[in-house]
Amino acid sequence: MKPQPPHVQSSRSPFIVGDCALMTIATGTKAQNLREFREGLLKVPPSSIYHHFWGRLLTPRFDEPEYSNDFAAWAYRALHEKALAERLSAVDPSGYDDLEELRIALVDIVEITLDARENVPSARSDQMFHFLRGKLVVMDSEVTIEHPDQLPAVLPGLSTGSVYYHFIDARRRTPDKYDDFCTWLRGWEPDYDHVISRLRELDPFFSSLKEIRRLLTAIFAEPADDRGAVTADALPPGRVARESS
Amino acid sequence: MNDILSTYETAVGAQIVAQLRQLGKVLHGARVVHVNSTRYGGGVAEILHKLVPIKQALGLDTSWEVVNGDAAFYESTKSFHNALQGDRIDIPPTLLEHFEATNRRNADELRATLEDADFVFIHDPQPAPLLALCPDRRGKWIWRCHIDLSHPYRRVWRYVRRWVRDYDASVFSLPEFSQELPHPQYLIAPSIDPLSDKNVDLTAREVTEIRERFGLDPEIPLLVQVSRFDRFKDPLGVIAAHKLIDKVAPTQLVLAGGEATDDPEGALVLEEVMEAAAGNDRVHVLMLPPDAHRTINALQRAADIVIQKSIKEGFGFTVAEAMWKGKPVIGGDAGGIRLQVVDHYTGFLVNTPEGAALRARYLLHRRDLLHEMGERARRHIWENFLITRHIRDYLSLMIGLRMNNQERIEVRT
Repeated sequence: MKPQPPHVQSSRSPFIVGDCALMTIATGTKAQNLREFREGLLKVPPSSIYHHFWGRLLTPRFDEPEYSNDFAAWAYRALHEKALAERLSAVDPSGYDDLEELRIALVDIVEITLDARENVPSARSDQMFHFLRGKLVVMDSEVTIEHPDQLPAVLPGLSTGSVYYHFIDARRRTPDKYDDFCTWLRGWEPDYDHVISRLRELDPFFSSLKEIRRLLTAIFAEPADDRGAVTADALPPGRVARESS
Repeated sequence: MNDILSTYETAVGAQIVAQLRQLGKVLHGARVVHVNSTRYGGGVAEILHKLVPIKQALGLDTSWEVVNGDAAFYESTKSFHNALQGDRIDIPPTLLEHFEATNRRNADELRATLEDADFVFIHDPQPAPLLALCPDRRGKWIWRCHIDLSHPYRRVWRYVRRWVRDYDASVFSLPEFSQELPHPQYLIAPSIDPLSDKNVDLTAREVTEIRERFGLDPEIPLLVQVSRFDRFKDPLGVIAAHKLIDKVAPTQLVLAGGEATDDPEGALVLEEVMEAAAGNDRVHVLMLPPDAHRTINALQRAADIVIQKSIKEGFGFTVAEAMWKGKPVIGGDAGGIRLQVVDHYTGFLVNTPEGAALRARYLLHRRDLLHEMGERARRHIWENFLITRHIRDYLSLMIGLRMNNQERIEVRT
């Protein structure tokens, strides 16, 4: 199959909605204690690091993730290392130029914990960390959007795969790490500048894809005059609406 | 044939079926064969009954073959099953020879079909040697393991591994089940069919009739465990849990066992269960025929709480079935049950009869939470464990294998 052109171009051409499905693959690397976890982090392919930050969003899970990546969740649930979990959860992958830098940052955090412990924190044998990797299958959705004003009506009907493809995956495949909606709206400047800034503020780390879809819909559905902030009832319970700058 | 897809559009949503159509286009005309060891009984057979026609409707030339064997063959494969789930069972060489001979006989019958296929899915260890017996195969072969392989008895696993190592890929339900193998190991959770007789909506009248048929009192809370009479399902532990609950509050228990043609141990376990239940009018042990799907459906709907107290579990289809019906599940903290029962959200994970009793008493006391958990349980299954997601994963897997395992595959037209 020949490589296809990107779905979205930075112009007023239609937005061709893509979709995707994730295949999860075991890497064969697993860890029962923190030292093995460190070794695993050093040896797994970069795609595994990516999967445990982002691909996880496309795997079966329930409601809101408590931690922003699988590493942090394991540190808390299996090792009962809350401080380590907090530090790992604070790692923002988009702040790193590539996955190798991200890998080093994770290893540094783990080593700080290892240095501070006399005993190596361990998990039960049935709570090992299994390093996984993903394979993304990208397809068409047969949905095309002609104008940004159509987005509030179209977004709620999109699959979570489409949300992932355009809002998460786009950050990896585009040079400026923008999501596809922002890229497309830049072709309509300056009409949607305020929406672009609202989208750039949306933190996808602690939301499920369904929640991201709901938040995106809320942003696009706001009347132009009100697009200063997402209203409190558009946000998940317990989150505070941010004031626009 | 496309009617079946329209039916699913109504049941699960058009966008989900559209994904299947997209992927189906890429694989149009591909010859796909599934092979397992029983046409009736057990979750694998149930899934194949629906998966095969849906793949056909998507344009894949799909068929389903069953390996045939005698009592000794099923005795050997039951031993494999138990040993791969951790029992220290040494299988006598004579039984292994019989296992291999049975596979050779089946290979003679199936060879032409299998060697000609583009994709062959071999389910579980029973037909695993077929790959080695089809030397002129042209397609990709996938070993689909439905068993909890987290702690296999190594000697038996080494034997089974001999047969599966040369496959192009294997598929496990959970990462914990993956093993050291020289090919990619995909993780695909099984699923249930929302439109099957076992899961389709029933009228209140049908549920009432089932209560009447089995002498269940609608005024007394009902606990139900549906599964084969198999030690790994711990039916004796469920009876022990019921005794603890019943001491405090009158409760009925139904243990409904399906019969699988490839499970010779069932009768023995059933005998032990009958003995443990003897003299207790509130424990109902039901031996149901393999086609009693609507009966099982009604029993699960009649239940206040569904139990699946397995000690080992590949996936636990009955868990998904119950959750689909909005029932919280008290499940054994094992295998695929963990994927479905999110502790304290969609049910409870327990390790002992005491734990099961404690959680059941809690839920019966807190009806509001029981209903909340039930609603969350249904949503969890709708989003993650329906057959349409399962088929999407299989289609993606086949496309991935065709594309030589690239990390990113574009199938846009």
